[in-house]
Amino acid sequence: MSRKPFKRSYRAAGLILALLVFLLLPRFLSPAWLGVTNDVGLYAVLALSLNIILGNCGLFHMGHAAFYAVGAYTAAILNTMYGIPILWLMPVAGLLSAIFALIVARPIIHLRGDYLLVVTIGIVEIVRIALVNDVFGLTGGSNGIFGISRPVLFGFRISRPQHFHYLIWGYVAISAFLFHLLDNSRFGRALKYIKQDEVAAEGNGINTTHYKQAAFVLGAFWAGMTGTIFAAKMTIISPESFSFWESVLLFAIVILGGSGNIFGVLLGAFLIIGLPEAFRDFADARMLIFGAAMMVMMIFRPKGILPPRMRHYNVQSLLGRFPQIINRHISGDTENRQPQSAGDAS
Amino acid sequence: MEEFFLQLTNGLAVGGIYALIALGYTMVYGVLKLINFAHGDLFAMGAYLGFTLLVSLGLAGTLGKVAAVLLVIALVMGMVALVGYLLERVAYRPLRNSSRLSAVVSALGASIFFQNALMLVYGARYQVYPGDLRPEGFFNVMGVEIPTVRLILFGASVLLMLALYWLINKTRIGMAIRAVAIDQRAARLMGIDVNRIIALVFLIGPALGGVAGVMVGLYYGQIRYDMSLLYGLKAFIAAILGGIGNIPGAMIGGVLLGVIEALGAAYISVAWKDAIAFLVLILILIFRPTGLLGERVADKL
Repeated sequence: MSRKPFKRSYRAAGLILALLVFLLLPRFLSPAWLGVTNDVGLYAVLALSLNIILGNCGLFHMGHAAFYAVGAYTAAILNTMYGIPILWLMPVAGLLSAIFALIVARPIIHLRGDYLLVVTIGIVEIVRIALVNDVFGLTGGSNGIFGISRPVLFGFRISRPQHFHYLIWGYVAISAFLFHLLDNSRFGRALKYIKQDEVAAEGNGINTTHYKQAAFVLGAFWAGMTGTIFAAKMTIISPESFSFWESVLLFAIVILGGSGNIFGVLLGAFLIIGLPEAFRDFADARMLIFGAAMMVMMIFRPKGILPPRMRHYNVQSLLGRFPQIINRHISGDTENRQPQSAGDAS
Repeated sequence: MEEFFLQLTNGLAVGGIYALIALGYTMVYGVLKLINFAHGDLFAMGAYLGFTLLVSLGLAGTLGKVAAVLLVIALVMGMVALVGYLLERVAYRPLRNSSRLSAVVSALGASIFFQNALMLVYGARYQVYPGDLRPEGFFNVMGVEIPTVRLILFGASVLLMLALYWLINKTRIGMAIRAVAIDQRAARLMGIDVNRIIALVFLIGPALGGVAGVMVGLYYGQIRYDMSLLYGLKAFIAAILGGIGNIPGAMIGGVLLGVIEALGAAYISVAWKDAIAFLVLILILIFRPTGLLGERVADKL
């Protein structure tokens, strides 16, 4: 009991520190370096959205760039053709990505881990080829789409790296917080159960297909929204930005950082996107080093740099929170018990 | 009709190459239940090693073209087999008893590592194979002029596949490989050295992949470090198409995929050529996950 207040103040100090860094960073970093941290932020959100599918649910999905691409292109097309402000398009782009995920994930969701991986690579390649071939005459072929307008927030036009810093890292913070809530929700626990033991999860009444599908849709929704910000930041998008390697980078961020752990994923984004920028000379060799790191990590630290902490439930305090369970146990009431206690104890 | 035959022979030549690579995937899957994602990169390495040997040794002048190509192929087989063996020792053996997904990630890491190693050594540009090594003649079949090189490539891959088929089905070593694929523990109890058999599979598969690499170099005349990705994925699709883990399946699947792709490119759209293979993969996994003649790959509860 005595450790709890300490932990809480520790966490508060961390949050204040993070807030200070967030607010003051543009004062200390050059615009070029802010460009790097902005990239880190975008990849961090993308990796967080992939983390729902790959880290929490344990589905080997290596086609995340496809969802990102659908979102970015949706926003770019609607913005350049109809002049709709780009930030308003975030939910639209997310929704379209989610619908796309719903359609493509349904037939492949039951595949075993490594087969799913290959099929999702196939999907990201098909999407890229479709974009290059100017599908429906909308995507602009291999040149892509240009002239996407800058985002405007409360009448303020966001165009410089320092402005984007606040937009992107604010978005990172909101996303991380929402994903944290999701982690501890009924939905998040169900996903973790599926990752740990799918058969047992199914046996305990979790509709695994439904939850896996939901994980895909949610991850795709968030990736699509992030695509909008990417389109607004670059003002030009082309199929090259959504290649298979982009998916590999995201995959590596989640796996090496610590799949299933939000801090691990953020750390992974810093290491994999930020570090190579710091050591420009070795940027060429960065994929070589990732490859070697992936092999070494799987042997010595298969759960990533920061593996997810197992949640421990204190049975006594849990029972205290749900007195009706105790009452029912005492009174020996067996009717009506099942639907209630299944929800409480899971 | 002439167009059809030309495309068909092109498909057979490329399909033979796919089949050779697919054999490496399917054999490793057979004994380890692991998709060796780095196999495509071993294939690319074969192409590059062949390029280096052909260019730097200048054998064509002293030995004659045919002997030079055969010697280079033999050398490449040996070298790529060695790399495959080392890969198994370093990246896969320590993970033999951990979860399957860790091994998959390690395989992916190995793939990324090899691909970028090739890029750093040879550069990101296309490298051009010596052009005069490619047979230029034409073969006349029922009034259609078919490039000889296609027949030679298809013939060579069939020959290699027959040799492998003989090795697997008619020799003691082949029997041991089949036994390990069916049940490792039982094979060990029967006195088979499982580690040696797995190492052997990692010698044979990459050797075939290396040959395929040299063939691609000779056929298309140019190679690039990232060819591993597309060829590797397509050969993997071929292995699934035939039924992964099944050796005749990989042969049939490879040839079939090559033909489907060539005909699809000719009659549907060249721009969508690469998408056709992936479409085949998705359709196969949805409608017949066991492949044409193989094991089931989807978990259905």
